[in-house]
Amino acid sequence: MAVLMRRAMSGWGRTNPSSCEVIDVDRADIAAVVAQASSRGALARGLGRSYGDSAQNGGGLLVRLGGTAADIFLDPDTGVVRVGGGVSLDDLLRVVVPRGWFIPVSPGTRSVTIGGAVASDIHGKNHHVDGSFGNHVVSLTLLLADGSTMVVGPQQHAEIFWATVGGMGLTGIILEANVRLLAIETSRCAVETTRHDNLDSLLTEMSDGDEHYRYSVSWIDLIAKGRHLGRSVLSRGDHAKLSDLDARAAGDPLRYGPRQRISVPPLVPTPGVLNHASVALFNEGWFRHYPARRASVEGIGAFFHPLDGVGAWNRLYGRLGFVQYQFVVPFGEETALRDVIERLSASGAASFLAVLKRFGVGNPAPLSFPSPGWTLALDIPARSKGLASLLHDLDRVVLDAGGRHYLAKDSHTTPAAFRRGYPRLAEWQTIRDRLDPGRLWCSDQARRLELVDQAIIRSSS
Amino acid sequence: MNNAFGEAQHIVLLGGNSEIGLAVVRALISPATQTVTLGCRSLDKGAIVAATVASDTVTVDVVHFDAADSAGHQPFIDAEVAKHGDLDAVVMAFGVLGEQSDFDSDPVVAADAVTTNYVGAVSSGLAVAKQFRRQGHGVLVVLSSVAGERVRSANFVYGSSKAGLDAFAQGLGDTLAPLGAQVLVVRPGFVHSAMTKGMKPAPFSTTPDVVAARTVKALRAGKHTVWVPGTLRFVFGIFRHLPRAVWRRLPLG
Ligand SMILES: Cc1cc2nc3c(=O)[nH]c(=O)nc-3n(C[C@H](O)[C@H](O)[C@H](O)COP(=O)(O)OP(=O)(O)OC[C@H]3O[C@@H](n4cnc5c(N)ncnc54)[C@H](O)[C@@H]3O)c2cc1C
Ligand SMILES: NC(=O)c1ccc[n+]([C@@H]2O[C@H](COP(=O)([O-])OP(=O)(O)OC[C@H]3O[C@@H](n4cnc5c(N)ncnc54)[C@H](OP(=O)(O)O)[C@@H]3O)[C@@H](O)[C@H]2O)c1
Repeated sequence: MAVLMRRAMSGWGRTNPSSCEVIDVDRADIAAVVAQASSRGALARGLGRSYGDSAQNGGGLLVRLGGTAADIFLDPDTGVVRVGGGVSLDDLLRVVVPRGWFIPVSPGTRSVTIGGAVASDIHGKNHHVDGSFGNHVVSLTLLLADGSTMVVGPQQHAEIFWATVGGMGLTGIILEANVRLLAIETSRCAVETTRHDNLDSLLTEMSDGDEHYRYSVSWIDLIAKGRHLGRSVLSRGDHAKLSDLDARAAGDPLRYGPRQRISVPPLVPTPGVLNHASVALFNEGWFRHYPARRASVEGIGAFFHPLDGVGAWNRLYGRLGFVQYQFVVPFGEETALRDVIERLSASGAASFLAVLKRFGVGNPAPLSFPSPGWTLALDIPARSKGLASLLHDLDRVVLDAGGRHYLAKDSHTTPAAFRRGYPRLAEWQTIRDRLDPGRLWCSDQARRLELVDQAIIRSSS
Repeated sequence: MNNAFGEAQHIVLLGGNSEIGLAVVRALISPATQTVTLGCRSLDKGAIVAATVASDTVTVDVVHFDAADSAGHQPFIDAEVAKHGDLDAVVMAFGVLGEQSDFDSDPVVAADAVTTNYVGAVSSGLAVAKQFRRQGHGVLVVLSSVAGERVRSANFVYGSSKAGLDAFAQGLGDTLAPLGAQVLVVRPGFVHSAMTKGMKPAPFSTTPDVVAARTVKALRAGKHTVWVPGTLRFVFGIFRHLPRAVWRRLPLG
């Protein structure tokens, strides 16, 4: 069995680390390892791509499953893949794309595990058409707090299944999943890009046109102000058909081999290199790079995972790290959306391109984030002046509009604000507590937002 | 838990009536803050200041805490954790200045001052550290003083207790850093507070609010030491290296 090692761990934003025992385990050992957890509890950790404190457990145990291509079994007839909970989407794509299949939902990075994808019920650019990751899961094998395993799905133990989808690892460890894939003819995407000079033009175009595209996302320059507020590039498309490819590409239509081109070294100066000036310069150049309208055929990597071309880019933010802020507000609350964008732009915070997209209907999971409306996600250096109070203000605007925040990104909000956004929390807690009466599963985020009953955690901490 | 900006949910002040300590606590309070515990040797005095800290979103608890009672420190911390969960930020602000002339005439009074300033800091600091280790995070602010940086004959008992405290806090910080916890040593010069009331201000004198603002800024920047005002760092950088014969004759009061 692997040895325990105490380490400071943080999320992708590298903001508030805590130290805990981190252990890499095989599926065969996992129940025995978890049984040894102290009163600080245990938690599964994937690839640590959640931005805040979702995947850390101060003073407790963090369990990493690991997983390789050997844990991937594709049924070519049904397109359902059985895959280990610790396998990354990167490994999965390398196996299934050349065989004509694609993951049903892709986040902005391939460095996410199946366990993390289910636990955060992740969404992609196709939410308005296909929903979130949980919608495509046929079944899960879950390690429960008592050491037993249980197979759950929308048809069996549905309540437990939906509590696990979006449940942030707090119902148990996802050992394996059966996921229904999407059939593709080629590994390219047919993409249309349009440039918009302001927010109104963008919102109108997205509202009117998104339904004609499987994938749709826009990038907004949050530094632009005044009549350029909300200037943006909208990119929409679908998987290319064979007929969309030129003769050369058509010769090997499912070729797939994304590469990381460069990596950021560990020694970035403390304040980072992303400040208002450098970000403004980047955003300007990026906006000018796009013509008013463009149609192109792109690889999966370029279309879905542009940031994966640069390794460890989170280091660019320096030692104090950065926060990602993501929320959704219902359709009809465009004023709130504009209000948030205006406040961010006026604050002078050095925010890189913000991502805006439209969500379709949500799923039955009580803690699933997506619900119909506009979702905006952006990165800001944590050291930005006044940022903490700005975000508390933005929380209020979002919640007053009937919106909410994404746990996989959150690192600052309060238990009260979280409860306003997720009125079904108590329902989820009842199911969770029944599965784990001794409060084995815990995370720093669960402590901060009081997701798991505090009375019991406290008496044992 | 502290959030991404280091905003604490649960704050504990040891020496709950300290003017500087309260200023630091007020500066630490944010929309994320839920509970502040004031550890006071006098519950009556504590109740009065509690009212000035409490708000719609912040509950204030006043709990008996005597820095000179080392045996009580671990139970104090355990009870605190049982009641309010993880210790996110602890501010250690108790201390007595005393009069050197009183110490000279009654060595037991001097020993009592040292017991509070140094011994009490060791036992309460280690109890806090134990919980930080258990929870894997936490920040501790220790109010040291420039008086410990180069000890003056005019208040060398106090100065020596602060020198000991300062060294202890640095060592504690180095031990805890790899475990995800932070210790910030604050070295103010003369601060206008209850402690210095009626005394002639030394050069570079400052206020509790300035100390508090600088402390919070240093905490958020992940620093281990902060001088208030900052100039004192350079002044004492020189003082430190003065030969004893020169230092002894300096007219520093
Ligand atoms: C560049 C970038 C782009 C992103 N784009 C998107 C996007 O477009 N859409 C989106 O929805 N998200 C996006 N994310 C967020 C990311 O998809 C989620 O945070 C995801 O959960 C990360 O997976 P992980 O494997 O790194 O999990 P971790 O970050 O390690 O863990 C996240 C949570 O999942 C739980 N968990 C992990 N493994 C298991 C398991 N085996 N069993 C049970 N629980 C488990 C953890 O306990 C934790 O609560 C992006 C992140 C980055 C860095
Ligand atoms: N003021 C300065 O110029 C200055 C400069 C550098 C460093 N400091 C340090 O900063 C800290 C705070 O000082 P301050 O200026 O805020 O003075 P203060 O208001 O007098 O605070 C000191 C506090 O310590 C408390 N205390 C003393 N003995 C105690 C004991 N045995 N148990 C519990 N509490 C005890 C006192 O409680 P009671 O209210 O019950 O007496 C008092 O509230 C001290 O450590 C001091 O040495 C002060």
